[in-house]
Amino acid sequence: MQKHSFKLLLILSAAGLVAASHFQMVDQYITTVIMLMGINIILSTSLNVVNGYMGEFSCGHAGFMCVGAYVSSVLSVMLFTSNRIFGPPLLSADLSLFLFPAVILAGGLAAALTGLIVALPSFKTRGDYLAIITIAANYMIISGIENLDVIGGPRGFQGMKRVVNAMGDRLDIPWMPIWVIVGTVFCVWVIRRFVSATYGKGIIAICQDEVAAEIMSVNTNKMKVAAFMLSSGLAGIAGGLFAHVYGYVNPQSFNILKSTECLVMVYLGGMGSLSGSVLSAVLFTLLIEALRFIIPELNALAHHLHLIPDSYEIGQVWKWVIIPLILILTMQFRSEGLMGHRELSDFFPFLKRFYRMRQAD
Amino acid sequence: MEIFIQNIFNALQWGSFYALIALGYTLVYGVLLLINFAHGDIFMVGAYIAFFVATFLLGNYGVIAPGTLSGLTILMLAVPLTMILTSLVGVTLERIAYRPLRNKGAHRLYVVITALMCGLILENGNLALLGASRKKFPELLQNTVWTFGTISVTNLKVLVIFTAIAVFLFLQFVVTRTKTGMAMRAISFDKFAIPLMGIPINNIIVFTFILGSGFAGLAGLLFAMSYPILEPYMGALIGWKAFIAAVVGGIGDIRGAFLGGFLLAFVEIGVVAVFPSTLRDLMAFSVLLIILWWKPTGLFGIAKTTKI
Repeated sequence: MQKHSFKLLLILSAAGLVAASHFQMVDQYITTVIMLMGINIILSTSLNVVNGYMGEFSCGHAGFMCVGAYVSSVLSVMLFTSNRIFGPPLLSADLSLFLFPAVILAGGLAAALTGLIVALPSFKTRGDYLAIITIAANYMIISGIENLDVIGGPRGFQGMKRVVNAMGDRLDIPWMPIWVIVGTVFCVWVIRRFVSATYGKGIIAICQDEVAAEIMSVNTNKMKVAAFMLSSGLAGIAGGLFAHVYGYVNPQSFNILKSTECLVMVYLGGMGSLSGSVLSAVLFTLLIEALRFIIPELNALAHHLHLIPDSYEIGQVWKWVIIPLILILTMQFRSEGLMGHRELSDFFPFLKRFYRMRQAD
Repeated sequence: MEIFIQNIFNALQWGSFYALIALGYTLVYGVLLLINFAHGDIFMVGAYIAFFVATFLLGNYGVIAPGTLSGLTILMLAVPLTMILTSLVGVTLERIAYRPLRNKGAHRLYVVITALMCGLILENGNLALLGASRKKFPELLQNTVWTFGTISVTNLKVLVIFTAIAVFLFLQFVVTRTKTGMAMRAISFDKFAIPLMGIPINNIIVFTFILGSGFAGLAGLLFAMSYPILEPYMGALIGWKAFIAAVVGGIGDIRGAFLGGFLLAFVEIGVVAVFPSTLRDLMAFSVLLIILWWKPTGLFGIAKTTKI
């Protein structure tokens, strides 16, 4: 029983969240923050596969998110709703209940294929070239979508809200929180299985020493491509969920700043630590939302104490000064992040009793 | 034909900006193997410093003889002042953010991410302190248009192009012909043997940052003169692009950065001349990636073999 308590706790808390959101016990804002938290968890854990476990430096994660977001939004709008561009729905809206995960997965698949295209040339070269190719890929994806006028170009694409509403019409439960929770758990589970399997240990070996790994019969090129495709595919799933949570996507919301956000989460949590990534994604989301309220308070306080001239207001821009500053200080005083290369159970060994350890470990 | 030559001049001017910034990237990378992601924002800071120097120190609102100095005098004084102040910013970053990490022997990626965050602080701190209103750079140089037959070119364009070439020649001389340059190249070759040879490693690194940031400041000043609207995010995109240009040229090589900058500008202007301008980024990056696919270490890069 004790071995399964983690799973039980997870299911119960997920059910609690969904119920709370269904019976309006928490307001829309808190629900959205929780969904954003789930999406950020997917982003940070999936980027951790490449940047943490494999030790490469990919900084265009938002580009893959963008591909996933657009492919799944266009698919779901085309399949389930009547639209000015794509005409009447191709399938009955009743099917949206069952096909929605397939649509999100299709977005993930498209992102993984984009990842493959990016990975193939970059892994022929040494270290830092992946950074540049992913930056360029991020710009190219955004620029490419801005030039596709069919799906809105720079104005963005919308209509996903109607798909979500259509699901709500069939069965009145809060679908988006459910799908985000399912997606988050799925992604963390996949990554955990991947990096603790014998096959996935290959990417950790690549991080330690690529040449030695190759001698030890790890097919490094194949491993790198597999890890990169996994990472970008999961980012695509995060993008699909993101698009359906907000009901609107715009190419510029996946620009290099979003990629930087993903990097912040990975390095704050610690390279090569899954629980660190989850923790830092939660903390990061909370911090962003908390600063929304803290900054006006600080402003009032500073004016009250006459620390700053009356003409100057401390605005929300300071958020993006404070967050990089936190990361710089983390790097200076605890370079490995919150829990670099270690998991939560390494810090608190009693936690191991609450979930089943795999035989391979 | 006229349009063609006009476009070549435009490309040369843009290429000069890219080259000046890319030179800073490549200098730091050549010595430390560190992608100094804050460099694009140092360029932006350089443009702002130039603005403050030209307006509030020497210009009409200045503390030194307001309204009496001629534009040319201001320019002559602003160039060294901007370069010195901007290189101070670069050295400060090196001193407080990169060096402690390096001394601790932290993973290289931690320094890269610190650089990225420093860049964010520079641009958003600027936005927070100075506000979102765009700054108008004063006109320092009397705008003269020289006409040769049907081709016209402004004196500013010529100034920018010649500055870039002069900076390139200067840096190429410093890196390949002087003792300091030899030490710079040696550090990237073997960081552990260098102190044993009696070379002060930190001084050389500071010198590298002075060179890189100083010329980024010069680029900022020239950019502000050519496109006199300043805003905090102006360094972000141009910085990323210059970095890509440096990589395509072969990062760590002065000639590579120079050539890569001009190559990127020619591709961009060429795309805009033929296709709709919205396709500029897409096509330019595609061309650069194809070049990288063909020559993975860049045009001037030398493939390193990995030793066991």
